[in-house]
Amino acid sequence: MPATIIETNKKAFKRKKVDPITLDIVENAMLNARHEMDAVLFRTAMSPGIREQGDAFPMIANRDGKMVVGQFGSFIHGFLKGFDETIEEGDVFLTSDPYSANGAISHANDWLLLKPIFKDGRIIAWAAMFGHMTDIGGKVPGSLPTDARQIFEEGVVIPPLKIYRKGELQQDVLKLILHNCRLPHWNLSDFNAIVAAIRTAEKRCVELAKRFGDDVYYSALEELLDRNYRAMRKLIQTSVPETKQYFEDYICDDGMGMGPYKIRCAMWREGEKVIFDFAGTDPQSVGPVNFFLNEEMFKMFCGVYMIMVFDPQIMFNDGFYDLMEVRIPEGTLLKPKKPAALSCRTHALGRIFDVLGGLLGQGSPDFLCAAGFSDSPHFMYSGYDKRGEWYQLYQIGFGGVPGKPSGDGPDGHSLWPSFTNVPNEFLESYFPLRIEVYETIADSGGPGLHRGGNALRVGYCFLEPGEISIHDDRWLTYPWGVTGGLPGQRSTKLLVRADGSQELMPSKCDRVVVNSGDILYFDTWGGGGWGDPLKRPVERVEFDVEAGLVTHEGARRYGVVLDKDGKTDQAATKELRAKMAKERGKTKLFDYGGTIEELKARCKAETGLEPPAAPEFPRWLKAAGQAAPKMKLAS
Amino acid sequence: MSYRLGVDVGGTFTDLLLVNEKSGDTFTAKVPSTPQDSSIGVLNGIAKVCNNAGIDPTEITHVMHGTTVATNTMLEGNGATVGLVTTKGYRQVLQIARSYVPGGLGGWVIYNKSNPIAPLALTIEAEERMSAKGEVVRKLDEAKIEAELIRLRDKGIEALTVSLINSYANPANEKKIKRIATRVMPGIPVSLSSEVVPEMQEYERTVTTVANSFVRPKVQTYIRNLHRELTRKMKNVQLHVLRSDGGLAAAKAAEEMPVNLLMSGPAGGVAGAIWVANQAGFPNLLTFDMGGTSTDVCLVQDGKAQLRRETTVGDVTVRASSVDVRTVGAGGGSIAKVPELTKALRVGPESAGAAPGPAAYDLGGEAPTVTDANVTLGYLPAEVRLGGDMTIRKDLAEKAVKSIADALDLTVHEAASGIVDIVNENMFGALRLVSVEQGHDPRDFALIAFGGAGPLHANALGRLMGSWPVIIPPGPGVLCAYGDATTRVRDEASRTFIRKFTDTSVDEVVKTFEDLADTAAKTLDNEGVARKDQSVSYQVDVRYHGQGLQLTVDVDLKQLRKKGLDAIGGPFDEMHRQLFTFALELDKEVVNLRAVLQGKPTKVKAPELKRGGPDPKAAVVAEHKIYADGKMRKAKIYDRAKLKAGNKVAGPAVVMEMDSTTVILPGHTGSVDRFGNILINPDKGGSSAKTRQATATKPVKKVTKASAKTAAGKGKKKATKKKKAVRKRAAA
Repeated sequence: MPATIIETNKKAFKRKKVDPITLDIVENAMLNARHEMDAVLFRTAMSPGIREQGDAFPMIANRDGKMVVGQFGSFIHGFLKGFDETIEEGDVFLTSDPYSANGAISHANDWLLLKPIFKDGRIIAWAAMFGHMTDIGGKVPGSLPTDARQIFEEGVVIPPLKIYRKGELQQDVLKLILHNCRLPHWNLSDFNAIVAAIRTAEKRCVELAKRFGDDVYYSALEELLDRNYRAMRKLIQTSVPETKQYFEDYICDDGMGMGPYKIRCAMWREGEKVIFDFAGTDPQSVGPVNFFLNEEMFKMFCGVYMIMVFDPQIMFNDGFYDLMEVRIPEGTLLKPKKPAALSCRTHALGRIFDVLGGLLGQGSPDFLCAAGFSDSPHFMYSGYDKRGEWYQLYQIGFGGVPGKPSGDGPDGHSLWPSFTNVPNEFLESYFPLRIEVYETIADSGGPGLHRGGNALRVGYCFLEPGEISIHDDRWLTYPWGVTGGLPGQRSTKLLVRADGSQELMPSKCDRVVVNSGDILYFDTWGGGGWGDPLKRPVERVEFDVEAGLVTHEGARRYGVVLDKDGKTDQAATKELRAKMAKERGKTKLFDYGGTIEELKARCKAETGLEPPAAPEFPRWLKAAGQAAPKMKLAS
Repeated sequence: MSYRLGVDVGGTFTDLLLVNEKSGDTFTAKVPSTPQDSSIGVLNGIAKVCNNAGIDPTEITHVMHGTTVATNTMLEGNGATVGLVTTKGYRQVLQIARSYVPGGLGGWVIYNKSNPIAPLALTIEAEERMSAKGEVVRKLDEAKIEAELIRLRDKGIEALTVSLINSYANPANEKKIKRIATRVMPGIPVSLSSEVVPEMQEYERTVTTVANSFVRPKVQTYIRNLHRELTRKMKNVQLHVLRSDGGLAAAKAAEEMPVNLLMSGPAGGVAGAIWVANQAGFPNLLTFDMGGTSTDVCLVQDGKAQLRRETTVGDVTVRASSVDVRTVGAGGGSIAKVPELTKALRVGPESAGAAPGPAAYDLGGEAPTVTDANVTLGYLPAEVRLGGDMTIRKDLAEKAVKSIADALDLTVHEAASGIVDIVNENMFGALRLVSVEQGHDPRDFALIAFGGAGPLHANALGRLMGSWPVIIPPGPGVLCAYGDATTRVRDEASRTFIRKFTDTSVDEVVKTFEDLADTAAKTLDNEGVARKDQSVSYQVDVRYHGQGLQLTVDVDLKQLRKKGLDAIGGPFDEMHRQLFTFALELDKEVVNLRAVLQGKPTKVKAPELKRGGPDPKAAVVAEHKIYADGKMRKAKIYDRAKLKAGNKVAGPAVVMEMDSTTVILPGHTGSVDRFGNILINPDKGGSSAKTRQATATKPVKKVTKASAKTAAGKGKKKATKKKKAVRKRAAA
């Protein structure tokens, strides 16, 4: 049964005509409120994951739960569907269960808080925010076990519940949850910070409704959604063809030695509606790399991507949702059935953006971006220090932003909004480690007319015995290049022991024991190149070589020959470029660096690691005829 | 007799204010600026102001000057070629920065990052390593770095920055490298990160120090030239430069740490506004400085500007204290447009600038700007000009605005009014950032407007904010010179001192404070401020252990000795609660300690206006019509020079002077006070009073009241001081 909303004031809102000026004022004020939520959160949260790296996302929705400002679209409908109690003034809801919230959040580390905003007994808006908790208990520090087979291994999972009931904090519930986490004071202050951010949004919405009147405020939000609908309708008409387009990409492995997993999507337009169909995507994994993709969230990804690529002037919100239909077959990697493990979903989540880019861009290559740093790799380090105190670090990695129509991809940056790196001096003063190297890797960005950004190398030197976890991908498949651009360099992890011996680490692993003096070189991957590298102006290549971002040898991949002082040998360059152009022939729209079969065949020789075995999919899926196994509570 | 002189060099005019140190009497002068060498304009001005006062230039002992040289060098990117030395493994510290991509989800698609101000090609690595505790992990390889430095020198660098990892904990290796550099590249200025900003965070420390190197040669040349020219006429004159944080620095200190001057210009404006408003009896105010392309706002409480621990110029943010001036890209030149897909009305941030300028100026601009909207509405009368050299073409303004009207299906007046409303809303957003978002109720503040366009929009903003009165000071140019002349010599010394409260003691904290105070006092000694005229205050940045933010708490050493660290912890909890609605029961941690020393204030007497009756009709120069609150209305145009103290100017009205125009809206009255300020207030029971109610921000009021109550219990002064913390990053 869905939730019952209790409003003491039954008066209906009246849709009024809102003049365009008032409308713009409301829109700006809502955007300001959203930024203010971020500001409050980042300043008061405590885990480095949220407060330094910004792994948390705010949203404000209208009365019906449609996102008016925010980034990942509204999950309120999914939430309400899975919640069978009342919703009253003063309530604040908390959940971390993807299965109960229809994928509103996609792993249990994300805590989602949601608050209906009441004014005079009626809901006028909703404020929500979710953030990644560094630890929620479970079998490994960080709660993202790379070998989990069920969600129950991944720490405490919070079903949708009222954490504030009519304004009163449910202390016992919070206590129960925190009791199961390794770093409860971080969870608590991050929780407080999210609540403070949501309350900020509440204040601002109520102020706005007071300033303009409830009906005008209500109508303005409706009109903002309509305005977006109209703009997106035009955009879809002009940029999505009626013929079916297909695109597929992969995540390399599942941490259990199997892979790659295919994500396949078709897109076409029927009238004014665009349809995305994920038929052909691999079945769900037995491991934790499944990504429970909420259809509405995917719509937002698409909408935002289209807006950014085709017309960044448009303000995005949920208004266009009716113009999109998303079909995700059940039992697949993107709509796994309970109790599939979900914690390591970051790779598939990131890869969705590459799929989207390829899908939307192939019809209009002028707007096509290369494959980029479509992931947020994790690094974890934990143990007891000399004083017997528990330390636990969770860090997000950075890499190469892809080459794109507007220019080069930045080196060692992030595709994710608001992410920032943690200062190394901060790390060194709070954790027993020293960062020996922090630089981008020359030549790792895919060559192109616009170069892909370079990958990042972080050399972690451990100063205490402990255990590390690694979560990364794109070690087998390449960040592809487009319209003549070449792929970026893949990721590697090398552990150099204090005695000088070297161990290649797999891209996903847990509980690797390290000792004082060991160094882990955590190399992420570069962005793919955009456009023909043979047409990149030689001065740009010279500049990159002088800066150390491209090597002398690497310049030859642009067909540029440099003398020993780094100056271009014009004649040799002309000759080399002509020769390379001839040998290459016509440029490819996509350059994947080889087929999956070829990559697997070359895997051992090129990466030093065994290729993954073909995935075995959960047998119970087939046995149950694609229906979830019956699980009943013993009574 | 000894005199002090405040000098403000603007784009068009150089304003000067001469103050008799004993009597506080003042004299002003205005001369054209000389952009190719501004010291010429300054000297012309000095001749003129001395003539006005009937004194000899040698009687001037102190010259105080706000300068935009550092700011412009940053904005125009034409500073020095900077070489950079980092620790091995960190060569790309500026290239990587904080890995942040602005613009939200998908923002990377359109984000193109600019190159670092110290090019990678001129960045070298030193073999060395300090630990976070300041212990030597690897010794500096001196021979190797010397060879590398020679290579850099031969590439023609003009300034050098040394920024090593953990140098905030132990600067020894940076100092060694400086010694080597001074030997191998004599004459090249060297900036050390451990001296410019000895605080944790390698990127911020490096970028700040590099910025210092980048602007240093230009600033040095400028200050030395000016100083030389001044001493030619006034033998023993002391030159002081206004810093971003509103303090004064001696010429030499300013040359060495020019990164502290990046907000020197705006700081002068704010200081001037504080002084003017203080005379008029308003110690709590919001400053509103609207120019052609951008608007600066700042919150002032108890006569003090809020400070923050960072300064942003263009797309570079550095760690240097500055008055907390927020800038929005909204000004008279901001362009209005209606995008095809959304049909929304947008104003700015694109600006028509000085060229091609607003359509009304007839310099080739055709895009509709805020100025054109103001002309269309009659706020900037085309028919009457008072000494201003700019002609205004109403027909061209209306033609430009019509393109917006057509796209939105509105009348020309409605469209113009919409443009003004939207730009006001953008500026309202900036004013909210410094007020409501910091827990201040804007209704407790007056709004003071200056800058070319400030007085045009101030009444409307006062109405949005509920901030009354709106103060329009006379002569916006001389305001900055007042700021320059009335500022005190100031220096601060700070140190990163990360300790949990449980891991430190009152004695250790007090000792560190005293050492810092001593360091800063010596700087003031060197500037000729006697110890008896120096006053000291202490600040500590605190957070909950593990938190990222820091809140700055003012410390009274006596209280600290008496009550222990609770004298810091208590106010911190209170401030945290006020800003974020909660406090935590966690260990607190000291982050930075700071001692601030100031010289004594200068006595300045404000000139007074002749008294007149309430009726201002003697100042009326024309009858006019303006469009306001949805219709055309009759309005009078006044000449500000003819207004007298006590005059009451009823809106709708337009008050003109040479370099600014004030609009008084219907339902409001501007009263002229004895110093010539126009104080605009809503008429009782008028429509505006109602609007004010509607704008009321009740929840905020509650917070303020609640905290005021708590404050009352704890001693009045403390709790009303609401310092703000370092923002993690400037709001996008």
